[in-house]
Amino acid sequence: MTDQAQLLPGTLDLLILRTVSLGPLHGYGILLRIGQISGNALLIEQGALYPGLFRLVRQGLLKASWGTSDNNRRAKFYELTAAGRKRLREETASWNRLATAIGSALAVQPEEV
Amino acid sequence: MKLLDSLRFRIATLFQRSQMSADMEDELRSHVQHRADDLERSGLARAAAERQARIEFGGYQRVKEECHEAAGGTFLESVFQDLRFAFRILRKSPGFTVVAVATLALAIGANAVVFAVLNSLILRPLDVPQAQSLYGIERGKDKDVTESYADYLDLRDRNRSFEDLAAYNVAPVGLDTGNNPSGAWTMEVTGNYFDALGVQPYLGRYFHGADERGPNSAPYIVLTHAFWHAHFQDDRGVVGRVVQLNKRPFTILGVAPPEFRGTISFVFPDFWVPIVNQEQIEGTNVLNQRGHRGLLMVLGHLKAGVTPAQAASDLNSVGTYLERNYPKDDGQMTFTLMRPGLTGDWLGGPMREFLTGLMLLAGLILLAACANLGSLFAARASDRSREIALRLALGSRPTRILRQLFTETVLISLIGGLVGLWGSIMLLRGLSVWRPLPTAPIQIPIHPDANVYVVALLLSLASGFLFGAVPVRQVLHTDPYQVIKSGSTGTVGRRMTARDLLLVIQIAICAVLVTSSLVAVRGLMRSLHSNFGFEPQNAMLVETALSMAGYSGDDALTMQKRLIDSLRAIPGVQSVGSVDRLPLYYGANDSYVFSDKTSDLGASNAAADAMTYKISPAYFDAARTTLLAGRTFTWHDDKNSPRVAIVNQEFARKLFGSATNAIGSYFKMRDGTRTQVVGIVEDGKYSGLAEAPQPAVFLPIPQSPAIDMGLVVRSNRDPQQLTAAIKTTVHNLDAGLPFTIRTWNQELESALFPSRMATLSLGVLGVMGAMLSITGIFGMAAYSVSKRLKELGIRMALGARPKEVLQTALGRAFKLLAIGSAAGLLLGILASRVLAFIVYQATPRDPLVLGGVVLAMSLLGLLAAWIPAQRALSVDPMMLLREE
Repeated sequence: MTDQAQLLPGTLDLLILRTVSLGPLHGYGILLRIGQISGNALLIEQGALYPGLFRLVRQGLLKASWGTSDNNRRAKFYELTAAGRKRLREETASWNRLATAIGSALAVQPEEV
Repeated sequence: MKLLDSLRFRIATLFQRSQMSADMEDELRSHVQHRADDLERSGLARAAAERQARIEFGGYQRVKEECHEAAGGTFLESVFQDLRFAFRILRKSPGFTVVAVATLALAIGANAVVFAVLNSLILRPLDVPQAQSLYGIERGKDKDVTESYADYLDLRDRNRSFEDLAAYNVAPVGLDTGNNPSGAWTMEVTGNYFDALGVQPYLGRYFHGADERGPNSAPYIVLTHAFWHAHFQDDRGVVGRVVQLNKRPFTILGVAPPEFRGTISFVFPDFWVPIVNQEQIEGTNVLNQRGHRGLLMVLGHLKAGVTPAQAASDLNSVGTYLERNYPKDDGQMTFTLMRPGLTGDWLGGPMREFLTGLMLLAGLILLAACANLGSLFAARASDRSREIALRLALGSRPTRILRQLFTETVLISLIGGLVGLWGSIMLLRGLSVWRPLPTAPIQIPIHPDANVYVVALLLSLASGFLFGAVPVRQVLHTDPYQVIKSGSTGTVGRRMTARDLLLVIQIAICAVLVTSSLVAVRGLMRSLHSNFGFEPQNAMLVETALSMAGYSGDDALTMQKRLIDSLRAIPGVQSVGSVDRLPLYYGANDSYVFSDKTSDLGASNAAADAMTYKISPAYFDAARTTLLAGRTFTWHDDKNSPRVAIVNQEFARKLFGSATNAIGSYFKMRDGTRTQVVGIVEDGKYSGLAEAPQPAVFLPIPQSPAIDMGLVVRSNRDPQQLTAAIKTTVHNLDAGLPFTIRTWNQELESALFPSRMATLSLGVLGVMGAMLSITGIFGMAAYSVSKRLKELGIRMALGARPKEVLQTALGRAFKLLAIGSAAGLLLGILASRVLAFIVYQATPRDPLVLGGVVLAMSLLGLLAAWIPAQRALSVDPMMLLREE
């Protein structure tokens, strides 16, 4: 498990939004999906997911409703609201800007300065 | 909207906490189950899978707490935490808590009382349907509220703005419900009164306009609910019963609802009677005399869509018609509309001004209280700077600490407000049942309503935030490292700070209050010893109206003579005289008088508007009014002899230039009768103690019959024995004649009532202001001494004398006191000019008052600075220096 990366602060929300944007999911499903789309490279403590979900619901970025899962169990499904979709677009753009900037800063060779 | 939504959400989450918890738990459990399903699929047994899933999930409770916080459910919980903490803090310093709560309770209570009075008497309309469209009528420049019945009929029938106009008048009447003749108060009203107001009966029915068919045609009464309750014990069978009014049968038609008690806010009649029966009630019928403006007040609902200004101009066109057609009786018929209830601007004006002034003072007191508590609280906050610094250092945000401080102050102010409100309700309950004038149906009905509660609540909240706001800057600028390192910051500024300014303002307010209450008290004392034009000592008053026992015309005169003669025959009685209206009592009569040469007796040609008294021959002797020239009346000044009058000095001066010219000269009364002046008496006080000299004319009752009698019985005998003797005497003459007996001094209480009330309320406010100043100065002095103890100790160690130490410690407090007092004294002198209108001879240019204020303020300063001074002097330098 040592090749798994710790999440940077503030990136969990972005990940959740992105995951849910692909279709309604319950909490456990979100965890699985994050593992799947990051190639199991990101580690999220199972319990740490839920405060994030509640926070996003309170901010009006997600909405939740009870339904039945593939395992035929009761589960709470989350999906994006319009505000959530907008926030995802903005956060993605700003993350990409940051990543590019950091990436190019780190790629600088001594002779280029 | 957003704020409201979030608040609603937070409150909802608080109350739905258990439901939310269950929901959350379901969700977390579902998560564990799903994980266990996966683990089971990978080959674990179900029980082992579930166990493994729970372990992987981590700290279940912690996650739940974090979820709660994330869901926003913690705001109100943290408020409760703050509240619990605030309670603990306040319990730990009971001294501060008690002082703060008591100060606020007094200040908020005073505001609540004044506001409740203002609310009941001025802001709240009469309790009738559609009170917003109900208006009364005032006439002319003097805002006269009374009309003659004939004019009223024209106004009612010729205007196009009112749905209907009704008129009413208050009169005393003798009531006998079966062998118990007693005095009662009735409101004589026009037949359409109840219909015009739109009031529904509680029981039975009302009388209507159609019941009026000429004089004495409607012998009906409608009882007030209170009178029905008190005298008929809520007996529903009273409807249809016949009672005797002035010995004539009247039928009880019905009972009015409890909330409707007539159309004057503070006069509570016992029942209503149609005004067409005026002759039976008052003994005379003046309804057809257009020039006789008795006490008839007019009011009605405006038609929908008509503005008061339109209605007034409509009434004015009726007025023009009246002036043109009845030039002899109707001068200057212009009208304005006013809110009924306080009988217009005549009473409403001064009352509104006085109450507004009082409200302002009460507001100032609350402000002073807040300033006071603010500085006390700031002092406490800086004493707690170590605690605050520690909390800041441990990561608490400044806003969180401020919220805690505000929780404390608002808690204090709410408790204070509650206590104050409770006290004021108790006080007002007493005030509502109090009858300031024993013989008049006057009460001050003040029932605190939702308005009062809301105002008290808002004032409490506002004062909490106000005095909590004083130390905000101090907290925000706290540097935790400095404070923890060096202890509390002990810098005392040399400049005049905002806090000092607050204290100066507060002392000034206190000085204003002390000045005005001293001025009022002095004025009241002086007016008690001024010359009234009669001597109230050793005189009993027997008041009655002969109409109450059915007397009228010559019968009444005979009865008056018999009454006077038999009272005179009581052993120990020196003299007995009768007057129709007592001077300095409510309801004085006045009428225009004209010089002998005037032939056009219109109001504009009058030589004077003179107070008019109808007296028996021995009245001046009984009242001890000095006869300056000429003679008094005898019983021979009757209908068959020439008309005569006795006038006062002011009358003689106004009509004839001097007293010597007056004797033997003639003047004309309103009806044109030539009257000769046969005597001159000293000036007196007639309608109020604060009045300027007024002309007065006295007429003999045989020539000018009067049905009301105030019998003045002069005697040195003990009032109680005399009362018994008088009772038997009157009873023997006519057992059916209701009357009251009091000493003249008791009667005068009512004349002094307004100035007494003003003095009392100013006095109470003055004492409160003084208390606030004491706590303010005390707080400031004590704080500055405690902050500078070390400095004082060093000064003493270096050989400073006690006087110098005191100067250092308290000089500042006394300087502020001096500045504040001087400013307050000046303002108080200015404010006293207003007082002079209410309180007789209230003048601030009185050495006793000025001296009193200076003395009072110095005493306040001494009292407040005593304990801090003791503390400063008892400083032991060695102890202090060792403590370091």
